Amino acid sequence: MSHDDAHGGHGDHDHLPFLAHHFDDPEQQFDSGKLGMWLFLVTEVLFFSGMFCAYALYRSLHPEVWTFASQFLNATLGAFNTGVLLFSSLSMAWGVRCAQLRQRTGLVISLAITLGCASMFLGVKAIEYTHKWELGLLPAGAYESQFLPGAHHAGLSSWLYVLSAVPALCVIGFGIWYGLAMVKKDKQTSEIAGPLLVTALCYFLGVFIGVAFESAEAGEHGGDHSVAAHATDDHSGDAHEDDGHTTDGGDDHDAATDEGHSDSGDHSSDEPDGEHSEDQASHGAPPGKLVSTEGDGPVVPGAPREAEIDQAGGAGLFFSIYYCMTGVHAIHILGGMVVLTWLLVRATKDHFNEEYFGPVDYVGLYWHLVDLIWIYLFPLLYLIT
Amino acid sequence: MSATATSANYSQPDSDNFLINSKGFLSWALTLDHKRIGLMYLIGVMSAFFVAGILALVIRAELMTPGKMFLTNQQYNQVFTLHGAIMVFLFIIPSVPAALGNFLVPIMLGAKDVAFPRLNLGSFYLWVTGAIFFLSAMLWTGLDTGWTFYTPYSTTTSGPVVAATMGVFILGFSSIFTGLNFIVTINTMRPPGMSWFKMPLFLWATYATSIIQVLATPVLGITVLLLAAERVLKIGIFDPQFNGDPVTYQHFFWFYSHPAVYIMILPGMGIISELMSVHSHKSIFGYRFIAYSSIAIALFGFLVWGHHMFTSGMANVTTIIFSALTFTVSIPSAIKVFNWLATMYKGTVQLNTPMCYSLSFIFLFTIGGLTGLWLGALSTDRPLHDTYFVVAHFHYVMVGGTLVGFLGGVFHWWPKMTGKMFSEFWGKISCLLIFIGFNATFLPQFVLGSRGMPRRYARYVEEFQELHQWSTYGAFLLGFGLFVALGVVIHSLMRGRKAPPNPWGGATLEWQCTSPPPYYNFLNPPAVNDPYDYLPLEYRDEERGWEYVRPEAPSVPTSEPEPAKS
Repeated sequence: MSHDDAHGGHGDHDHLPFLAHHFDDPEQQFDSGKLGMWLFLVTEVLFFSGMFCAYALYRSLHPEVWTFASQFLNATLGAFNTGVLLFSSLSMAWGVRCAQLRQRTGLVISLAITLGCASMFLGVKAIEYTHKWELGLLPAGAYESQFLPGAHHAGLSSWLYVLSAVPALCVIGFGIWYGLAMVKKDKQTSEIAGPLLVTALCYFLGVFIGVAFESAEAGEHGGDHSVAAHATDDHSGDAHEDDGHTTDGGDDHDAATDEGHSDSGDHSSDEPDGEHSEDQASHGAPPGKLVSTEGDGPVVPGAPREAEIDQAGGAGLFFSIYYCMTGVHAIHILGGMVVLTWLLVRATKDHFNEEYFGPVDYVGLYWHLVDLIWIYLFPLLYLIT
Repeated sequence: MSATATSANYSQPDSDNFLINSKGFLSWALTLDHKRIGLMYLIGVMSAFFVAGILALVIRAELMTPGKMFLTNQQYNQVFTLHGAIMVFLFIIPSVPAALGNFLVPIMLGAKDVAFPRLNLGSFYLWVTGAIFFLSAMLWTGLDTGWTFYTPYSTTTSGPVVAATMGVFILGFSSIFTGLNFIVTINTMRPPGMSWFKMPLFLWATYATSIIQVLATPVLGITVLLLAAERVLKIGIFDPQFNGDPVTYQHFFWFYSHPAVYIMILPGMGIISELMSVHSHKSIFGYRFIAYSSIAIALFGFLVWGHHMFTSGMANVTTIIFSALTFTVSIPSAIKVFNWLATMYKGTVQLNTPMCYSLSFIFLFTIGGLTGLWLGALSTDRPLHDTYFVVAHFHYVMVGGTLVGFLGGVFHWWPKMTGKMFSEFWGKISCLLIFIGFNATFLPQFVLGSRGMPRRYARYVEEFQELHQWSTYGAFLLGFGLFVALGVVIHSLMRGRKAPPNPWGGATLEWQCTSPPPYYNFLNPPAVNDPYDYLPLEYRDEERGWEYVRPEAPSVPTSEPEPAKS
């Protein structure tokens, strides 16, 4: 978007190198870019509106399922991520200010902070996603969870390693690049490589924070299971894990519920976690697995019976919409990171000044919108009570 | 009369001509010039139209007999799906806005280019990418869902739905970026003196179209994305097995696709507004009404999507509301038609080729619009739903309206785009053939539909054969007429005489630069005048074109002052 008017032609405006040839003056160029960006944001809002409609429709049809399924989401992590994004919006706004005042270093630092926050957000999100994938909390067609809210799996998910491969490669690559730049004393390159290295590292910071929060909650619920024990388990659905589930629920509910939990817990122990991905592909809906839980007492007083809610048609649809909305939002974060990196490169070249700061401004608008969408997603998905 | 020609913009050297000022494949493939991008779009959409037109003839040929001619039922489904999908997504939607709009919007504004030239080129390549997705879907196994991709069939069929929907997704972004570009261009790049109500009506129509493109297309984007996710990840949003609802898909789809109908027709109406006035040499009647009615159609268009779903299982109250809202759209449409007719009244109507096309437009569009009333009324829609009546109705609007308007626009601005005149005689012949062929194709289909012939069927009962045969003969005549039109423009490219800057006597700014325009459009921003004031135009026999003769304005020096003799 904002690329297009940004590095415009250098034709007949020699005195103003940033002014594209088809604009009369910088004001016209800036106004055009700004209007274009706002229109683009309108299309973004409408793009998300389809999913918000789906959300509203299915939540109004099955409110009880949404109340139940929402409890699987870790509100602490969600709140943390909200804070991270809000802070990144602050640093972005600060960056716009720096660009307007031609404070080159300040702009580079602000962009680096924004990028780092974005990356940390994704790190936390990776923990949230892989945690749910381990538990089988998948889109409706692949949904197979028999767990109750607060369930934990042992150790780190193998999916997390998959997701972390790219950031890990980035850490190595940017690290080498930064090292080379430092050796060559190439200040400008190191100003690009440094923030990018920090960005990649922030992903892992996010992952660690995510693990810490998850483990803390697991410790709260699971009592005797220490964080260390979880971390060293090789997550193959063993007895420890099942005990964990049993006690999780047991803390909150009565003895009758407890039985129900161990029942469902046993179920998951039948299959090692490694087979999860196979299962997703092989059987679409697993209603057969519900047989053992039918006839058990109510799980949460006042809430529907487990047999009614714990199936693909209910909670699965919630998670479908959860993955669609947060997934599309995460793609927007990634897109934003690409554009921020482009800004970072231009900032190190000192392209922005009092007269020409449009691109920083437009990307800032985009970034605030991405932030804003999350601010709607967070309560709508995490805080249903 | 003391008058001087505006020589500044007439005297551009011919080497600055945008067609030849730089050469080589890359100078076109990577061009940021809106005129070249417009021409590339024109070639692209006409190619898509050719493919989809051939598919239409295949459909009509198959329907010559009640039984099997040469297509199996399955193949028939694939052919009509691709005909519809290519026509809608690759031809009609980008035809006027992307091809003619790209060429005309900046010139009509007296600007050098659109606001975001790179984005403009990007839109074109997005269009190409989307077209490739579609072609691959066609060559793969054949898509057979119909262009609407209705669930649950589209989520269960084995056809290449994901490839096709990704094509739609990409084409949608092409359309969004084009619309965004035009809105920003019209908002921020109007020359000094051109207020909103001094803009040519084509720009008003383009502006209204762009609003729809920007507001409706993202919803289509998320809809097809969810459809793809439904197929790949089984998210269950449209699947009753997982508490989803297939009708939700229809709501999402028509929330875009009904406004998209106005993306298709509004630019055609904009063309007709120009053509009517220029070829009648009379100021447009009811300028403000036409301008406002474009915006009104754009806004009403968002409120009526439910009329595609009267039989899909909506609440009765909802259907009544949608039906009532549907009728409101007829008001601005009728305002336009009456204003066009009033424009011709007491004008100096010249039956040039573009004017013949615009008269056809009015005739055909009116039939298409009026038959829409039967479909908007609940009681008559029930029996007519999904019959050939619907097919005939939307072809009258889409082909009789948009396509004929588009062809009229192409003939009208052809001298400006290529710098060549075409054969008037054969141009009129092509219009006549298209007009007769079109009516022979689709008038029988109204009768077929009202007698109960359902759409999308490869076989039918024998009573319908005669009408179907009429329709098929008409289709081939229509196809022949289109080939004649193609021949006219190809002949014009090869042998056409050089076009004067203003062959028709238009008063909008694009007629004030040479034909074809130089790559920078205007050396100096042209003086803005009333776009429909034909008084200052004078016919010049020697160049067989009109010249804008501006009454001398004392405040603006028209020539360089003589250097002072010392």
